[in-house]
Amino acid sequence: MSNMKRREFIKVAGAAGAATGLGLMGMPMKASAAGGHVIVIGGGYGGTIAAKYIRLADPGIKVTLIEQNRTYHSCPFSNTVIGGLNDIGFIEHTYDGLASKNGVNIVHDTVTGIDAAKRTVTTANSGTMSYDRLVVSPGIDFRYDTIDGYDEAASHQVPHAWKAGPQTALLRAQLEAMPNGGTFVIACPPNPFRCPPGPYERISLVANYFKNHKPNSKIVVLDAKDKFSKQGLFQAGWTKHYGFGTDNSMIEWVSKANDGTVKAVDANKRVAITEFSEHQADVLNVIPAQKAGHIAHVAGLVNESGWCPVDYKTFESTIHKNVHVIGDAAIASPLPKSGYAANSEAKVCAAAIVDLMNGREPGHPAYVNTCYSLITPNHGISVAAVYDMGADGKVAGVKGAGGLTPADGNNQMEAIYAQSWYANIMGDMFSGT
Amino acid sequence: MAQNLLKAASIVAAMALSGAVHAGASGAMLGNTCAGCHGTHGVSAGAAPSLKGLPTDYLKQAMHDFKSDKRPATIMNRIAKGYSDADIDAMAAYFGGMK
Repeated sequence: MSNMKRREFIKVAGAAGAATGLGLMGMPMKASAAGGHVIVIGGGYGGTIAAKYIRLADPGIKVTLIEQNRTYHSCPFSNTVIGGLNDIGFIEHTYDGLASKNGVNIVHDTVTGIDAAKRTVTTANSGTMSYDRLVVSPGIDFRYDTIDGYDEAASHQVPHAWKAGPQTALLRAQLEAMPNGGTFVIACPPNPFRCPPGPYERISLVANYFKNHKPNSKIVVLDAKDKFSKQGLFQAGWTKHYGFGTDNSMIEWVSKANDGTVKAVDANKRVAITEFSEHQADVLNVIPAQKAGHIAHVAGLVNESGWCPVDYKTFESTIHKNVHVIGDAAIASPLPKSGYAANSEAKVCAAAIVDLMNGREPGHPAYVNTCYSLITPNHGISVAAVYDMGADGKVAGVKGAGGLTPADGNNQMEAIYAQSWYANIMGDMFSGT
Repeated sequence: MAQNLLKAASIVAAMALSGAVHAGASGAMLGNTCAGCHGTHGVSAGAAPSLKGLPTDYLKQAMHDFKSDKRPATIMNRIAKGYSDADIDAMAAYFGGMK
């Protein structure tokens, strides 16, 4: 677009914005762009990226990120903390770079309500704020009603460790205190849930810890599914490193069909109860079934599935206008509920928001997922996918692309690239470049 | 009235223009999907190579060679197969054009 056309265009967009109440905040309009205010709820893999990439594309838009915690703990690589490969500090990050370098207004508070009609967000301590567009990236919450005896209170004895932070540290401490010869029981959730390969990476890195420090210990996996992500690669790795499939296997996997679904938990006694048996654990880790994060339910952004339906081109909610939902909370299938997918969705959403607030039609989207898992510190595996939107508006994986690490793949190099992935995706979120 | 028509015409022209240039995703849209592994704006802090400012021809050739399995890699062969020639041109121009 020529300068002349661009100037003309911005004037028109500004006029349209005023007519539809874009000046709601009463903030001075920036001369360089349409201006306006975007609020982002949730500072994780989706929210940080949405906030940053809106600012990178249009510094004239004011962005406020509302996040409960001052310190962020990454779920990806939290299994390396649980397995004793890294300290908790390795997964800790702050929002300083987003504030100082990207000019994102960071508010540490809890959102208590969203009024989509008035375009306002209410917080516990910071009052009510107005937005032109809202990005909701709340992650997941647990369906505590699905396992008798397991709720938020019980999670302080029997951690889920499926939101990183104190739960990660608690599970690590329990594993450290466990005697050699103890039994670690982990309950894996039904689909859909955050990070499909995550439980199996956790099993792998706990096995690695046991092998090196508590070699007489066992891991019992109680699964609410009959198959899982990267299953062939995980089981080949378990066979290679942990005797899987032999009489002396460190890991026993109990599928749903073999009575793997945990129905109840005795948190005091650390017992997991399935339909036909009871499993006594020394350390018990229960990952319950999941749903979109709490605020998505409060704001009526979920459908009957408990997750949030969205338009894939903009990630705008199909329930509430001007509200976009990204990350694990969104129904974005075939994109998985992974950190990388949340990052990719956030960028599509950010570009669409910048286009819409400047009066432009959102451009053609592009999405990628790249997900590494560690079976040992030196044995990495991955799954990748490239997605495109067809003329019918449907998103599908590009045929012939993506897929798993081949059986003869370079697992040592993939472990190195897994570390690189973590460094770069954390930098994308927090370093403020 | 004439002014409004002019403005309306310029919107239509701008949209037609952007539609003609970007039949698929833009270089920036495509390039931003790489950042999770290659760093923001293609500046890597890890083993994955930085892409920022590499010669456009090199980036294009590398992607085509990954796509055809001529150049071995761990994950890039799987990823490069997801892109058309036009996508590869757009991505290569995006990273190649960065200073």
